[in-house]
Amino acid sequence: MAQEQTLFDKLWDAHEIVRRQDGESLLWVDRHYVHEGSFHAFGRLVERRAAVAEPDLTFAVADHYVPTRGPRNNIGNPEIARMVRQLEDNVATHRIKLFGLDDPRQGIVHVVGPEQGLTLPGLLIVCGDSHTSTHGALGAYAFGIGASEVAHVLMTQTIWQRKPKRMRVTVDGQVTPGVAAKDIVLAIIAKIGADGATGHAIEFAGSTIRALSIEGRLTVCNMSIEGGARCGMIAPDSKTFDYVKGRPAAPTGAAFEQAVDAWSKLVSDDGADFDREVQLDGAAIVPIVTWGTSPEHASPVAASVPDPMAEPDPARASALRDALGYMGLRPGTKLTDIAIDRVFIGSCTNARIEDLRAAAAVLAGRVSKVPGLVSAGSSVVKRQAEQEGLDRIFRDAGLEWGESGCSMCVGINGDIVAPGERCASTTNRNFRGRQGPGARTHLMSPAMVAAAAVTGHLADVRPLLVSRKV
Amino acid sequence: MEKFTRLTATACPLDFTNLNTDQLLPARYLKWPRSAGLGKVLLQDLRFDSEGHEQADFPLNRPGWRDPKIIVGGRNFACGSSREAAVYALYDFGIRCVIAPSFGDIFSGNAVQNGLLTAVVDDNAVAEIIATLQATPDLPVTVDLEQQTILCGNRNYHFAIDASCRMRLLNGWDDIALTESFRDKIAAFKKEDASRRAWAKPVLMR
Repeated sequence: MAQEQTLFDKLWDAHEIVRRQDGESLLWVDRHYVHEGSFHAFGRLVERRAAVAEPDLTFAVADHYVPTRGPRNNIGNPEIARMVRQLEDNVATHRIKLFGLDDPRQGIVHVVGPEQGLTLPGLLIVCGDSHTSTHGALGAYAFGIGASEVAHVLMTQTIWQRKPKRMRVTVDGQVTPGVAAKDIVLAIIAKIGADGATGHAIEFAGSTIRALSIEGRLTVCNMSIEGGARCGMIAPDSKTFDYVKGRPAAPTGAAFEQAVDAWSKLVSDDGADFDREVQLDGAAIVPIVTWGTSPEHASPVAASVPDPMAEPDPARASALRDALGYMGLRPGTKLTDIAIDRVFIGSCTNARIEDLRAAAAVLAGRVSKVPGLVSAGSSVVKRQAEQEGLDRIFRDAGLEWGESGCSMCVGINGDIVAPGERCASTTNRNFRGRQGPGARTHLMSPAMVAAAAVTGHLADVRPLLVSRKV
Repeated sequence: MEKFTRLTATACPLDFTNLNTDQLLPARYLKWPRSAGLGKVLLQDLRFDSEGHEQADFPLNRPGWRDPKIIVGGRNFACGSSREAAVYALYDFGIRCVIAPSFGDIFSGNAVQNGLLTAVVDDNAVAEIIATLQATPDLPVTVDLEQQTILCGNRNYHFAIDASCRMRLLNGWDDIALTESFRDKIAAFKKEDASRRAWAKPVLMR
């Protein structure tokens, strides 16, 4: 009799080419996404005079360095222009499909992949970017890799991996209005810690997760890496199949029906073993903000800045003091008393159409007290938002409406937060200097960023939603 | 890739939890080619102030710890971004081994590809090693990969490392050459998989 398997076990088995005696396996890669940052890996190919093994399974997107403001066909900063041109040259040499600056489908790689139907359930997907875990939301095994591994995948379409441990995070219960996918994943990270899932593949399960839209699931899986996980995934279901159907690169007709048959089996069997189980009560989750320099530094918005003196573990107390020192916060301050200087709505975590709608629902008819930038997750999302009039709402509120790219999440295209400034941000990392040297980042959901914008401080979005259609 | 067998060198403690790769190599240096000298901007925003002056109290700026080959780090060392250039920065600064209670998974994978040893010891051992180094900053520490031991002062600590990572480092192995030896198996898998999962092939895009 076949052993009960987890979703992850099934995905692993489907891609295992060979297992070495020392326990490492060579896995087949179904999709490889590359971006401007992949230049080190292309350089290795040149050194070895090697070819790309499967150019038809490799897709390039210009996202990390692209400008969100100003002319995109004539980039002012020569270093940034060089980064984009370098990618264009590399993909031309190796005959790789590029979603470049002039392509109407350009956007952030982790938004474009699912949007174009390149990301499918059951696939193994890698990319030289830690937020590759995003694609697990469709039931794929997707993880971030480094430049040497990118070069290896380019040359062989395979990757060596030791099988991670299996962890299930189950969230059950109906969330209350005003609570978003971001709040759910921040609650999970606050519970397990920034290294809580190191060495593990997470499967997110339970009624709260099932109830999420695909877009919400993408947000949750995106931040798996912030809990230390190798990858995060959600078993595909009818919502997933409906989402995938009809997308440009997705299978059609009989092939789609065959695919759905195969995808329907991608669930953890009853009784399958997990190395670790974590449970959360979805109904108890409230809007959350971060106050420190790690995503694990996350608390309900009604809470106060914690006191290092109350932390018994000296290492933790010292880390806390460092974090609060950098963030310029005093212990005991109510989080809602923290004034902000700027907002950012964007990134692979929270810049899909539902995210923009959620922020716009709060901002409509209101004015932001601080400047801010909205950068849609893809050019497709941007056009859809414009058709829905969301761009008008953001502009009328006083925010900038930019082009699509990684922008102020990683701060390498020139979109940065000034030293000492405090930014309410829909992004994924509140690390020291992440949004620019000396920048102070508070992570939260798009609706919560909108609430911070209209009040000028960290704020609970729920009172602002009263009598609004969301 | 350079082999790693045994190393005796000074060790600098960097006792920070979640010291992420954004700290090891700030994003603005990611467009630099490795030949530009990534070692000199390792931990730039912690080692230097905004004017480029050394932060006197940062460990790597203190006498005895200015030229280490070993770093002793905190929990979840090098979590976060997948940037392999964080490993290049450490390596080109001269670091050949990082000792910590845990590492970001992607970083560990990147490190082994570049001859950088990530040695896992428990929290208590790290605290002891750091205390020993604080008492005697220039004390040489010996890391032996064959024995999986760290000799610091009069104490010997066992460290953990993935068995295949250990073999790669000891032999300076190159993954590409290894994978090439499985070329036939890869081709067979590809053929069989194409019929088993025909739907996995992307529809051609223009």
